[in-house]
Amino acid sequence: MSTTTTSIGAKKPLADRLPIISHLRMSAGLQRGMLVAGLVLSLIFILAAALAPLIAPFDFAQITDAEGDFPTQAAPGGKFIWGTTVGGFDVFSRTLWGAQTALLVIVMAVVCSIFLGVFLGLVSGYIGGWLDRVLVVVADAIYAFPSLLLAIVMSIVISQGQSSLWGGIMAAAISITVVFIPQYFRVIRAETVRLKAEPFVESAKVVGASTWRIMFKHVFRNATRTLPLIFTLNASEALLTLAGLGFLGFGIEPTKAAEWGYDLNRALSDATSGIWWTGVFPGVAIVLTVLGLTLVGESMNDLGDPRLRMRRKKKRTSGKGAA
Amino acid sequence: MSQHGTPKIATADGRVLSIEDLQVTFTTDAGEVDAVRGVSFEVAAGEVVAVVGESGSGKSVTARTVLGLLAETATARGAVVLRGNNMLALTGRQLRAVRGEDVAMVFQEPSTALNPVYTVGWQIAEGLRAHGKVSKKQARARAIEVLGRVGIPEPEKRVDYYPHQFSGGQKQRVIIAAALALNPAVIVADEPTTALDVTVQAEILELLREVRDEFNTGIVLITHNMGVVADLADRVVVMYQGKVVETAQSLELFSAPREDYTKALLEAVPHLGRNSASAGMSERSGQDKEVLVEATNLEITYPGRMGTPAFKAVDNVSLKICAGEVYGLVGESGSGKTTIGRAIAGLNRTTGGSLKVLGYEMLNFKERTFKPLRQEIGFVFQDPAASFNPQLSIGECVAEPLLVHRKVTPAQARARVDELLEAVQLPKAFADRFPHELSGGQRQRASLARSLALDPKLLIADEPTSALDVSVQAKVLELFKELQTELGFAALFISHDLAVVDMLSTWVGVLYRGKLVEEGIGSQVMSNPSHQYTQRLIASLPVPDPVEQAIRREAFLKTG
Amino acid sequence: MAIMTDTVEEPSAPPALKATAPKAGGSFARYLVTRFLLIFPTIFILVTLVFFLMRVTGDPITAALGGRLTPDQLAERIAAAGYDRPVIVQYFEYLGQIFTGNFGRTISDNRAVTEVLTTYGAATAELAFNSLVIALLIGIPFGLMAAKLRDRWPDAILRVFAILCYATPVFFAGLLLKLIFGVWLGWLPIAGRAGINAELELTSLQNPTGIYLLDALRSGNMEAASDVIQHAILPAVALGLLTAGVFLRLVRTNVIGTLGRDYVEAGRSRGVSEYRLLTKHAYRPALIPIITVMGLQIALLLGGAVLTETTFEWKGLGFMLAQYLTARDFVAVQGIVVLLAVIVAVTNFIVDIIAALIDPRVRF
Repeated sequence: MSTTTTSIGAKKPLADRLPIISHLRMSAGLQRGMLVAGLVLSLIFILAAALAPLIAPFDFAQITDAEGDFPTQAAPGGKFIWGTTVGGFDVFSRTLWGAQTALLVIVMAVVCSIFLGVFLGLVSGYIGGWLDRVLVVVADAIYAFPSLLLAIVMSIVISQGQSSLWGGIMAAAISITVVFIPQYFRVIRAETVRLKAEPFVESAKVVGASTWRIMFKHVFRNATRTLPLIFTLNASEALLTLAGLGFLGFGIEPTKAAEWGYDLNRALSDATSGIWWTGVFPGVAIVLTVLGLTLVGESMNDLGDPRLRMRRKKKRTSGKGAA
Repeated sequence: MSQHGTPKIATADGRVLSIEDLQVTFTTDAGEVDAVRGVSFEVAAGEVVAVVGESGSGKSVTARTVLGLLAETATARGAVVLRGNNMLALTGRQLRAVRGEDVAMVFQEPSTALNPVYTVGWQIAEGLRAHGKVSKKQARARAIEVLGRVGIPEPEKRVDYYPHQFSGGQKQRVIIAAALALNPAVIVADEPTTALDVTVQAEILELLREVRDEFNTGIVLITHNMGVVADLADRVVVMYQGKVVETAQSLELFSAPREDYTKALLEAVPHLGRNSASAGMSERSGQDKEVLVEATNLEITYPGRMGTPAFKAVDNVSLKICAGEVYGLVGESGSGKTTIGRAIAGLNRTTGGSLKVLGYEMLNFKERTFKPLRQEIGFVFQDPAASFNPQLSIGECVAEPLLVHRKVTPAQARARVDELLEAVQLPKAFADRFPHELSGGQRQRASLARSLALDPKLLIADEPTSALDVSVQAKVLELFKELQTELGFAALFISHDLAVVDMLSTWVGVLYRGKLVEEGIGSQVMSNPSHQYTQRLIASLPVPDPVEQAIRREAFLKTG
Repeated sequence: MAIMTDTVEEPSAPPALKATAPKAGGSFARYLVTRFLLIFPTIFILVTLVFFLMRVTGDPITAALGGRLTPDQLAERIAAAGYDRPVIVQYFEYLGQIFTGNFGRTISDNRAVTEVLTTYGAATAELAFNSLVIALLIGIPFGLMAAKLRDRWPDAILRVFAILCYATPVFFAGLLLKLIFGVWLGWLPIAGRAGINAELELTSLQNPTGIYLLDALRSGNMEAASDVIQHAILPAVALGLLTAGVFLRLVRTNVIGTLGRDYVEAGRSRGVSEYRLLTKHAYRPALIPIITVMGLQIALLLGGAVLTETTFEWKGLGFMLAQYLTARDFVAVQGIVVLLAVIVAVTNFIVDIIAALIDPRVRF
């Protein structure tokens, strides 16, 4: 016992508390494979987003260089390894830059909705009463409605349609936020209501702890354990919503930023004439990113639940295996 | 199907089941765990063999191997020979042929062992249909027959009922009926009465006895309750940490246990009528002292949800707890005992009558005005695992009352936590551990430490030991007694276990469906109950002594 | 869309609206009535939300026609339509109109909104129905299979398949399908609901249902029917796969939950076969939460329908909605959105009632 007298209790080792690392440590077999695959895909996405300015041979809105105008609808090969679009954009560059846009929107949307959703869910679930009832009905109504449509309506309200890079990103992020708040609200509220009946919360009540103390010291820390998981799952939904907005023409202007959904919209008519490269590359980028994020989230969900967790089932010869 | 009614006799010596050197290994997060390590015993036709042990002894795992039911993460070696078949060596198809036909199982929790979306008749018929072609009509007739046999009234009608339309005891009867449907040679009963109230338990034990006698079925009875063993078992296998410690005839085991572990186990079992806290008392003690809790015609009603009528959990109860007194409140599930305890602690609102706690009228409860009084009240919850915040260390949990009510520095809090842990006989270092790192008994000690942190005048203990093993329970109860004598707090001790209540409390109240039917000095209530319900309750409680229990059983059956 | 959160919430609770489902002893009739009444706040909230959001940006006339008309003309039209009055007055007027089934006239092409709804609603219904059939046919059996073979190879493959279904935006799936089956293989048509001839014949029928396949079969026109089916395949597969992924996961998660219950072990202890344990003992109780959450996926289906219809030029409500959105015709958008809100609310009501009927604890 060499702890200083200032701390009443010690913490668990750091590695066991960090979400993804602790999950990786306890995973096994196929589950570990899925988690690793997800992590690799997510990492590639983040790297592509961060390094787009370095890797991309051209700017996202570039259609000419020193050698003259870019060819339109050029097949992959040579200078344009993934070909060019009908407008003369380089598909490879736009796909890379698209990762950057996607990452910015995801982070902003998810962070905003987490704060509001968690706060509302916690207060509503713990305090209950008429406020809770009203919020639940409102959240359920929004939840049951197609989120893409709401996001479109929001984006019209915010930006009157298309707009600049940051304006567009903010508009997309806020539209997605509004749609996601009910989801966080519902998850956190359900968890809060469950925790409220747990003996350890009642025990705090019997002790005489104030409502705020119970809510934040006892309920909050337990209710938000699943947040990293919701974070990854909603990140993929945010990306799909962004792409949907872009596809319907309510995203970001093509000259202000690259956006996969918009590129797919333009590629639709190309497909009719058999030009595949303008659509397939951004499309695959979306699929792989969502796949990666979802695999991470799914694996975390399974690993966090002892009933779903796989154990290493091996006949070890001498008891102690590698840790 | 043809053998209905004809007992299936196994080998010439009457053995229907023999387990030889069974070993079961589980793969867990912590690596390989040997749950069963070389267990051997036999069961004869018409014999009840009780397998007893505390949690982690491997008794349930052993029982399930008899049906070839093993968790996916488990591997088993050795032999489980059931009427000539080694269950560990059979293929899936062969196993299915044997299950239900030769061996059947009765589960601990009747409410989860029945499928909520199918009628009980369908569920019984499923077992019949799995063993050869039977028409719907035949299956139904057989289901009605067995339901009638296990004492379900109007079986022709109730065969079409869904599980939720039966009471807990009836559900267990249905499960026994399903087990009997194909007249198996062996029935494995895994804690068949643990989830039931004592009065219902007595009836189910009686039913199992009839099954044994009438169908000559061998019964493997898994239990932790020595009273149940004394009541039903012919032979006893005592297990500890995956091994058989002792095997003996029931009478022999209780009168002359050979092994130290068995002796200690029997010693730890509370025995009604022994160790009474109120032995030799003739009047209620401490009536001159301050009255801490006074309920007058107390009523607590839970509002009904959507079309269901309101439920009166506590009905016209009057009681009084004085300073320094231990008040024992007993009753079965749904009697309202926990509701009263929670109302005193301000966790439930009262709806009628009067409840004064430390002079505060709970009918006008406001958290703000009640808060100062909270430091005078400690509360120990039933489930020690759930009553600690998993994110906080034991030290932080125990210090919580200090931090809320007193302005203390972390150093002072730490010093007090050390003191408290010492008082409940836990090492100081436990303050830095997290709740999940402690055993059940250790957590309950820590829970006691937390409730005593502010030297309360009143402690409410809601079934504090019902989640613990007997040997652990004995130690926690002893600690509770010591602390109570030393610190002199008053306590409301709530339990369904009459023997435990009698050991701790001098004054006892008996609740039945929200009403306080009897009150008195513990030893007097237990030995000479006046209300009919109390009489039945006490008579139905099995005592850990086969000879005494046989006499008590006769008496109970006469009360009907 | 809450697609992935179903697993997260599984242990806690179905949506709060459902928390009112009665426990044992409750009266079913009373539940029915209460649940029915809950439809209205849901619609009301969405109508209110959409109305005010649309008005934040200004009046519908300026939005649709601003720049094309002179300021004087605009002001005249705004005054004529009553958009110069306080928003709150317009709101209550709108509520009253909706109640009488009057959704106003579109600004961009001056049609009655109700006419737009009835003309294009059938196409969306047809698409939604086809995709639902595909989703159920894939989702349920494969979900059961994945649950049974949990954590083995088939399960891993099915799970990745399910995630891929969900990870692929409908319009990308549509693009791929068009490219492969329409352009490269040339097997199937890539746009529209029917060929020109079939379309002409079907729209000139007496009292058409608007559902082309039904109309074709009713008039005995087998050639048209086959044409209609060919056109329906790709859009239905694109939207169906998206939903199938969700259903597969939903079935898998819930059946894994019930497979671990005591009553399944009890069935096993009586010798019931593993197949029957899966398809009867575990599946039926799992069905209650499955159906409830499937009901919520109607939103996913409708949201996906907008994208699918745009991708395949399938002239339904979603296609028209995208058109009107681009034209900034908010009267039309409002009308379509309100109709969708009604569909969502009513579907969820029906689904909850079905779930309650399956559960004997509610029925008795």
